[in-house]
Amino acid sequence: MDSFFIITSLLKIVGILFVVILPMVSYVVYAERRVSAFIQDRLGPNRVGPAGLFQPIADIFKLLLKEDFTPRAANTFYYWLAPCLAVMPAIITIAVVPFGSTLFGVPMVIADVNVGILFVFAIASLGVYGIVIGGWASNSKYPFLGGIRSSAQMLSYELSLGLSVIPVFMLVGNLRLTSVVRYQIEHGWFIAPFVGDWINPWKWLLTIPMIVSFLVFMIAMFAETNRLPFDLPEAEQELAGGYHTEYSSMKFALYFLGEYAAMITGSAVIVTLFFGGWHFPGIPDGSHGWIFGLINIAVFFTKVTIVILFFMWIRWTLPRFRYDQLMRLGWLFFFEIALVNIFLVAAILPYIPKV
Amino acid sequence: MAVTVPRPRLTWRERLYLPAIVAGLAITFKHFKNMLLGRTKVTMQYPEQKWDSSLPEHYRGAPALVRDEDGRVRCVACQLCEFICPPRAIKILPGEIPSTDRFAKVEKYPEQFDIDMIRCIFCGMCEEVCPEQAIYLRKDYAITGFTRAEMVHDKEKLLEIGGVMHGVVLKWNEKK
Amino acid sequence: MLGSPFFPQSAIRNPQSIMSPFLFWIFALLMLVFGAAVVVNRNPVASALSLVVSFLGLAALFMSLDAYFLGIIQVLVYAGAVMVLFLFIIMLLDLRAETRRRINWLATAGGIAVALVLLMQISFVVSRFQLARQTFPALPGSTIDDVRNVGALLFSNYNLPFQIVGVLVLVATIGVVLLSRREPR
Repeated sequence: MDSFFIITSLLKIVGILFVVILPMVSYVVYAERRVSAFIQDRLGPNRVGPAGLFQPIADIFKLLLKEDFTPRAANTFYYWLAPCLAVMPAIITIAVVPFGSTLFGVPMVIADVNVGILFVFAIASLGVYGIVIGGWASNSKYPFLGGIRSSAQMLSYELSLGLSVIPVFMLVGNLRLTSVVRYQIEHGWFIAPFVGDWINPWKWLLTIPMIVSFLVFMIAMFAETNRLPFDLPEAEQELAGGYHTEYSSMKFALYFLGEYAAMITGSAVIVTLFFGGWHFPGIPDGSHGWIFGLINIAVFFTKVTIVILFFMWIRWTLPRFRYDQLMRLGWLFFFEIALVNIFLVAAILPYIPKV
Repeated sequence: MAVTVPRPRLTWRERLYLPAIVAGLAITFKHFKNMLLGRTKVTMQYPEQKWDSSLPEHYRGAPALVRDEDGRVRCVACQLCEFICPPRAIKILPGEIPSTDRFAKVEKYPEQFDIDMIRCIFCGMCEEVCPEQAIYLRKDYAITGFTRAEMVHDKEKLLEIGGVMHGVVLKWNEKK
Repeated sequence: MLGSPFFPQSAIRNPQSIMSPFLFWIFALLMLVFGAAVVVNRNPVASALSLVVSFLGLAALFMSLDAYFLGIIQVLVYAGAVMVLFLFIIMLLDLRAETRRRINWLATAGGIAVALVLLMQISFVVSRFQLARQTFPALPGSTIDDVRNVGALLFSNYNLPFQIVGVLVLVATIGVVLLSRREPR
């Protein structure tokens, strides 16, 4: 039993990391370039391979072959440490997200801990160190400003991030992410809790706080992953690239990787919490045959891809917020909205049928 | 004088931002959709599609030396183009035409004629100043090379680009 | 909840497993080394980061004792929020690395003596303490869902202290709002 557990866990870790996440990161970068180009009436990278599909490979070689430059005034140890710190949390977080039902009886989640969502928040909050230290160790003005901005921004938005998902867990009664998915299979996705229980007016009423909760969570996720409406730490136009101004070659690539991996895990968490995880109406789970197990995994990553595309769509639509606007939004609006939302859900909760 | 621009008073709908954001998303989605459906006109895909056929008559490409119908190199090595060339891209080494030649009265011919295409700015002054209608700007624009030396067009290369020019004045053919 | 058809209990984790001594020593050493580094480092940012690593080691110790909630809160609150705030302030104040001062041997000797006396005192008390000699029995399996247990305890046995702490935090929050309020012009 123990060795079976270890072997399947290892397989899952290697599989999810090297077969799914890392290729997904490189193709998300490609998709980002293509989507941005299409939105701006351009074509984007279309030269390497058919429709530019081999562009990520070319990018990797370019980044590997570039000069790895360390500024003389930089604090070398921390300068080298920071990019690693930026990548790690994003990749570790995926461990608790259930990316499928079961395959050959093995649950498709690497670590099904009972503090699931707290684990996500805790590890994701460590991601800020990569940025802050990178900015500080570069010993340069713009990266430093980027790092300072990042630390304040992350702290502010972690609050609304945490508060906005409390309604979800009030309904589920458990912090385990697999329970969240199971609850949604039985009671309808949290983005539309009335599905399957169409005549219950309380379920319809519940939809309002759930959508508010989703919006606040998603916006806070934008801020946590430094995506564009809130990309103040890197703010290319003001800070010349922010915390990674001084980075080049593979160290810069690691920052890039970390940012996009964070985006993928963020989308995965959003999908798990609000869009039913690997569940799709009419498709049974993996206990009905391995083919359904695979379909469940495919459904999950399709949903994640759709959320990522939405992230990109937002990025190429909205301009960046000013720093004071960002702080005002975080502290004066999202924090309060999330707080009120909890009370709303608590008021509706007694009328929701129990498990 | 300092002018304070008053901030516009926003209605609550505008202050909510969300309608504006949705409108913005609709606009970008429209662009995305049009691109996917192939309705957007985009840049010419250069190496596959070229604009050679639609180049205007007055297009100024690479300068080149021409021969006339008799096969004579029209340049008489007067060096006017060398003097006029703003970036000094042209270098001419004149040679003497032997007296036995049919065109001995021309006296000079370019022994060497180099145009440094790294320097050339395609201004067309050489063509304008040439009294012999010997140098023309042709329609070649993709001038590339791996080394600097390759980018210097010598006489053979220039004649190859130029080819034969029909309908020019043949003043040296008349007997005097 | 745990023995569901989706996720059989056995596949999640073996609840009978005890803390691996190997992991304990690794994380305990990590904690101690980086705890010492907090004091030894002259660079304030390096000190703060050492403290973060020390916290992470502590969280790992909690988790290997099945106290997932405590461990993850340790990371979330201390490593993820408080230390980021510390770093923010250190960077904002632009603290330079301290210059190495001449060691005051008398003060150092005094400090070491006090520490030794304290250590002796603790070991003396612990060795005389009867309960410390026996090993604690393994916790029953029902404590696995420690999030639920912590919540239940907070709202039953420790409800009053919990409320008092809540009021204290509220007072502190109001105080902060008052202090940081901009003076009306």
